[in-house]
Amino acid sequence: MSSSLDTPSAAPIPTKAKIGVRTLRTDRWWLMPAVTVAVLLSFIAYSTWRAFENAYYFSEPLISPFYSPCLATSCVEGSSQWMPIGSWWILSPALLILAFPLGFRLTCYYYRKAYFRSFWMSPPACGVSEPHTKYTGESRFPLILNNSHRYFFYAGLVFNVLLTYDAIIAFRNAEGAWGHMSIGTLVLLLNATFLWLYSLSCHSCRHAMGGRLKHFSKHPVRYKGWTFVSKLNPYHPRFAWISLIGVALADLYVRQVASGAITNFYFF
Amino acid sequence: MEQIERYKFDVVVIGAGGAGLRAAIEAREKGKTVAVLSKSLFGKAHTVMAEGGIAASMGNVNDKDNWMVHFGDTMRGGKFLNQFRMAELHAKEAPDRVWELESWGALFDRTKDGKISQRNFGGHEYPRLAHVGDRTGLEMIRTLQQRIVALQQIDKKASGSYEESLRIFAECSVTKIFMTDEGENSRVAGVLAYWRPSGKFVLFESSAVILATGGIGKSYKVTSNSWEYTGDGHAMALECGGNLMNMEFLQFHPTGMVWPLSVKGILVTESVRGDGGVLTNSEGRRFMFDYIPEVFKSKYATTEEEADRWYTDPDNNLRPPELLPRDEVARAINTEVKAGRGSPHGGVFLDVSKRLPADVIKAKLPSMWHQFKELADVDITLEPMEVGPTCHYVMGGVEVDADTQAAIGARGLFAAGEVGGGLHGSNRLGGNSLSDLLVFGRRAGMYSADFVDTVEAPTVSDADLQEAIDWALAPFTNEDGESPYGIQADLQDMMNALVGIIRTESEIVEALAKIEEFKVRMANMKVMGGRGYNPGWHLALDLPKQLLVSQCVALSALTRQESRGGHTREDFPGMDPEWRKFNLILRAEGQNVEIFKQSLPMMTPELAALFDEGELSKYMTEEELSSLAQGTS
Amino acid sequence: MGYSANFRIWRGDAGEGELVNYTVAVNEGEVVLDVLHRVQAEQANDLAIRWNCKAGKCGSCSAEVNGKPRLMCMTRMNTFEEEETITVTPIRAFPVIRDLVTDVSFNYEKAREVPSFTPPENLKPGEYRMEQIDVERSQEFRKCIECFLCTNTCHVVRDHDENKPVFAGPRVLMRAAELDMHPLDTLDRKQLAQEDLGLGYCNITKCCSEVCPEHIKITDNALIPMKERVADQKYDPLRWLGSKIRVRSHDE
Repeated sequence: MSSSLDTPSAAPIPTKAKIGVRTLRTDRWWLMPAVTVAVLLSFIAYSTWRAFENAYYFSEPLISPFYSPCLATSCVEGSSQWMPIGSWWILSPALLILAFPLGFRLTCYYYRKAYFRSFWMSPPACGVSEPHTKYTGESRFPLILNNSHRYFFYAGLVFNVLLTYDAIIAFRNAEGAWGHMSIGTLVLLLNATFLWLYSLSCHSCRHAMGGRLKHFSKHPVRYKGWTFVSKLNPYHPRFAWISLIGVALADLYVRQVASGAITNFYFF
Repeated sequence: MEQIERYKFDVVVIGAGGAGLRAAIEAREKGKTVAVLSKSLFGKAHTVMAEGGIAASMGNVNDKDNWMVHFGDTMRGGKFLNQFRMAELHAKEAPDRVWELESWGALFDRTKDGKISQRNFGGHEYPRLAHVGDRTGLEMIRTLQQRIVALQQIDKKASGSYEESLRIFAECSVTKIFMTDEGENSRVAGVLAYWRPSGKFVLFESSAVILATGGIGKSYKVTSNSWEYTGDGHAMALECGGNLMNMEFLQFHPTGMVWPLSVKGILVTESVRGDGGVLTNSEGRRFMFDYIPEVFKSKYATTEEEADRWYTDPDNNLRPPELLPRDEVARAINTEVKAGRGSPHGGVFLDVSKRLPADVIKAKLPSMWHQFKELADVDITLEPMEVGPTCHYVMGGVEVDADTQAAIGARGLFAAGEVGGGLHGSNRLGGNSLSDLLVFGRRAGMYSADFVDTVEAPTVSDADLQEAIDWALAPFTNEDGESPYGIQADLQDMMNALVGIIRTESEIVEALAKIEEFKVRMANMKVMGGRGYNPGWHLALDLPKQLLVSQCVALSALTRQESRGGHTREDFPGMDPEWRKFNLILRAEGQNVEIFKQSLPMMTPELAALFDEGELSKYMTEEELSSLAQGTS
Repeated sequence: MGYSANFRIWRGDAGEGELVNYTVAVNEGEVVLDVLHRVQAEQANDLAIRWNCKAGKCGSCSAEVNGKPRLMCMTRMNTFEEEETITVTPIRAFPVIRDLVTDVSFNYEKAREVPSFTPPENLKPGEYRMEQIDVERSQEFRKCIECFLCTNTCHVVRDHDENKPVFAGPRVLMRAAELDMHPLDTLDRKQLAQEDLGLGYCNITKCCSEVCPEHIKITDNALIPMKERVADQKYDPLRWLGSKIRVRSHDE
């Protein structure tokens, strides 16, 4: 271990300390990735089933966020006024649109952390070594595509507008008369709100707002915008989870109403 | 003899803090090859601990400020014992040094019109400290570090090697400065160092050596200084023929943490008081109003109401006495605690929570908030801090020429920063240390480069080299000595108890006797283990230097029979104008240290005219005043 | 108040090493570094520890305590149970020198690859004018105390020595971001960050931010904004087009 007094040994070849175990952490570092896997898998299972179910997604005035906007002629009656895709599409109309929110979340800076840690285990937790022998990260195809996040962010905004519209038209009753409000209205409203919060707290949004500027002082309005988004940004993970679970619950509620399992309760 | 690594450089800088790096930059800009030797990693030097700011009279916040006011404040703070020429150069050049940092990438806090913001500090008449929150030292060292990298990048482009003319030797400690064997003309020949990681020796031959080794605080038990502050530069200067001056003047910073014990001594920045923090005792009294000394009576508020108004209207009110120079505040706290009016853990209360909103505290004092939260579990936005004096800075140091920083008595040796003496007189103002590093670091670099041009490259004799190596390896061969750790702890206890903030003859005499006992214990130190990264051995090499400077402090403290600035004698409580006329100089004579009085140079009439006569008469003798009067007429 | 704690400390050098048990006294208010100093003074004089300020300001005493990258001076003993065995090892991404001391020169070498601050040529010292809101972003990054815990924890180099030539680590990438956001810097370091410093290797798993003792939001405020800036330049055809036909603001 120590060199002799008169002739200290030649500089040893630099190597890391040999510590046999993968981690010396004593806390439950595996809990977070495990929970992440469980929640994400449940969501994937549920949403896949629902996307292919191709039923129970509309009950006047409520439409499931999984199926809005409904763009194919095969959409159930009343769920859509505008069906540009036409009749050749014979699969579930949900499949036409789900790619966009899916892409937004897949390329999201927060979800990347979540799935790289939990599914890819690179790394599963800080200070816990990853199982892979090679790692190139997002420096090449396909993960380099994560740089397209901003486009999905813009697409996400379009969906937010549409889902907000859906929430607003839910201030009607089943006969189409305005001035009513039901639990379904509340569900769609909350869903839209959390989707907005999730989008606005996004890192790409923060960048577009003003992050790319060199001098905030020359752009006072954009600086205000950036400051606002910067305040939301630390909560991006929270909004990511709430809005994810929220959209599934919103869909589930519409499904239960549309299938007749429950009745949409009207406050007025 | 074992094969050792050898280098030749024009200039060797010992120490990689603010002064060392600034000196290295300057010497390199003057075309010299430069080695910087650092006990720690690059960028970790004690400068990072500086919190408050860099004093420079840029006048960005109050345009009444100028170098003359800064000069006056510095002299006043040092009780007129300062080397006036250094104080003059310092005040004149500090603004340029700060602006230069900015051009190297430093990002200071800004004023509304985009200039460098400046804050109030004890003893400074106007807001003068350029700062970055309360981590100014970190900003400064990082900027200098990055400037060095920038110069290395230029060298790389020109020569293909980053280290063509400027090289950092991190974790490479110096044990000895060699002199040439030229009798009367003896001059610096080089230094011996060892790599801390491997324990292997390195010889540097160079015409000029710049000491930038910082201070001596590790001789004390309660200190804000890190392990590096063992007085290496002071001791090595003495050993190679240089002089030390005024080593009795130690600054005990008034506000160090006192609890928990493991952090006792860690600094609480003066900015806390500059930004509105007040000191109270256990009775809730703002006791500093009781301690305004006669010489400062006209400069400080005497009522709480006026003091409070000063924070918002400094032009029409006098500043609060919490902002008296550090020596005054430290003594006042010491007296309060001794009188039984201290806080539960033996300090007093420093409270900013009732004065500023929480978010302002967190913005202005982020590291303090962090430090108390993490180390003491105290939220300073809600509760007061407990603070007490801690050994912080040595005003004394290597006697140097004011303009060139060349050490008196050792040709080729230069000293800058805390290891140099003179600028601060008997007490340093906060903020003047960082500007000191820059102003005199640059000067040392510049004049060492000039010196190199006047001499041939020297060589170190094999005999000298062998002797130095044998000395350094001795602790491995001592059969049954004691471990250095115990000796260091005892030395620190002893110095704290006997040559601390308040001193008296009998105790200092006792300390000097104990120092002789320590010499015997140290001659026989033993270390375990090998030479690779062995802190026990490293300490064994630092300890004799630490002991030597402790002896110098005690000897000077015994000799100066008055109380002034950082030297308080219970048996001679007053300031004595007769003593102001002298510096105390220490010189090695064989194995002994000699001390003698040396007259202070007389201030030029132009500088003296910056003070009113009434003020000067508080410090100077009749005789001096009349000779000054003749000079001006 | 005081009690005896069980420690396992990694002792060894580049050749070999092992965890060695020590039982050592602990007093109220102490941190891990205090206790290791007691081990050093009383039981193992030659225990190699690198440290300086003991106040969390210099970033020297980086190590791993119970597997977590920490500054030993900022790890309070009262965060552990008295009966717990506390394991201390050197940081694991860099070669070990001895005991708890590692060779962190990787970081200094990488830092030299980032071109230094480059102000406008005609701007003289003393004439710099910058707004507080324009310096704040870079100021956050300049809080960095260079403890290198971020780079140590980053799996890109911690688990893959082979990535060291192509990846500079969060500390150095943050330096590139700092200069890119400096209001008076004139160089563009986006290409450098992506091509030479390996920004693309970062998969934003945020361990750097998690272990930063200065609580710098490295990922959110430096790395992601830098990735977005790179995307502006490299991966965004619309913005690329915009820059060609000069509709983009000069301030971007």
